[in-house]
Amino acid sequence: MRALLLRDLMLSIRAGGGFGLGLAFFLIVTVLVPFGVGPQTELLSRIAPGILWIGALLACLLSLDRILALDWEDGSLDLLATAPLPMEGIVTVKAFAHWITTGLPLVLAAPVLGVLLNLPGDAYLWVVVSLAVGTPALSVIGTFGAALTVGLKRGGLLMSLLVLPLYVPTLIFGAEVARRGGEGLTVQAPLLLLAGISFGAIALLPFASAAVLRINLR
Amino acid sequence: MVLTVRDMAVTRGGLAILEGVSFDLAAGEALVLRGPNGIGKTTLLRSVAGLQPPERGTVSGAEDQIAHAGHSDGLKAMLSVTENLRFWASVFGVTEIEPALMSFALTELRHRMAGTLSAGQKRRLGLARLMVTGRPIWVLDEPTVSLDTASVALFAEAVRRHLRNGGSALMATHIDLGLAEARVLDLTPFKAAPRARQMDEAFL
Repeated sequence: MRALLLRDLMLSIRAGGGFGLGLAFFLIVTVLVPFGVGPQTELLSRIAPGILWIGALLACLLSLDRILALDWEDGSLDLLATAPLPMEGIVTVKAFAHWITTGLPLVLAAPVLGVLLNLPGDAYLWVVVSLAVGTPALSVIGTFGAALTVGLKRGGLLMSLLVLPLYVPTLIFGAEVARRGGEGLTVQAPLLLLAGISFGAIALLPFASAAVLRINLR
Repeated sequence: MVLTVRDMAVTRGGLAILEGVSFDLAAGEALVLRGPNGIGKTTLLRSVAGLQPPERGTVSGAEDQIAHAGHSDGLKAMLSVTENLRFWASVFGVTEIEPALMSFALTELRHRMAGTLSAGQKRRLGLARLMVTGRPIWVLDEPTVSLDTASVALFAEAVRRHLRNGGSALMATHIDLGLAEARVLDLTPFKAAPRARQMDEAFL
């Protein structure tokens, strides 16, 4: 398991990996939004938490098809399936590696990019907290989508359509935590719901991902 | 018997292609499957390896005993030869990769990226992976594709050493491997009569 995690991390850092992809996309979105919205700092700081969350979500989506498709193409997935690792473990490790290479950099970059969006001072902490709690759910749900569409040529479109609706609850509660935090309101309810989604997804979805992967490998 | 296959029927793309296949494999024995293209050698091997459930029949003795090598080698282009092998070795809980490098004459290539290897060198690395699995039954699908005669000899030697150490090998191949002792099973008589399968699985 650890070997698989280390291999995935090493591959994503080496040339051709997906390490910078999500981060670069996130940067582009948050840089371009102020230009698109215009010089209204009041409006900008009102939509900033939502923009940061949408940017993070789309950046996550962008790199999902790399989670399993590359291993499928070169035959490693077949070999991993016959290895002494449980399939549930494989998909969990894959999702974790995806979170480290995509979700974690987004969490760390969000407060820096928040400056560009005139994010209210109180909201910085809650944007980081909500992303830190919410992005693992994005990776795990995304791995499920990747497992569903593995082996389909150009399955990226279908995967986006499948995964986006599943992302909506995470987005709603994540952005709500950041918004309420920025306005100085209590964040307990949306934060608990967001954490519930994350933990529920981490606990249950690997079994679903492993099951669909077994069917897809036939 | 380390591996017993009884009355196996397999399907590809919803069509039955082989039925009634039975064979045994003992320790120290090699079995070569032959038959024309499309007869179902790959599908049969995948079923034996547990990658797809057979339509009918049983495989016993396969659980966690099989090292499967299919058409693709499962190599990562951006990892070096050593890193690729070491990864598979640690997945299978093996520490020693030197014998595998030696057997397939990869020692000089050890620091090269797998993406820069020739097709034959990649195949050799793919086959060297079998040696770091530590599994007794090798299930090989066309193992000698893109290998030259010298490499085929290396491969035959590796298989022979594996058999001497009590392992066994099940191979699908067209060409002569120089393994005179291997038993040959022709799959042509097991070709299934053409008929459609039940509908429900076709949607999966």
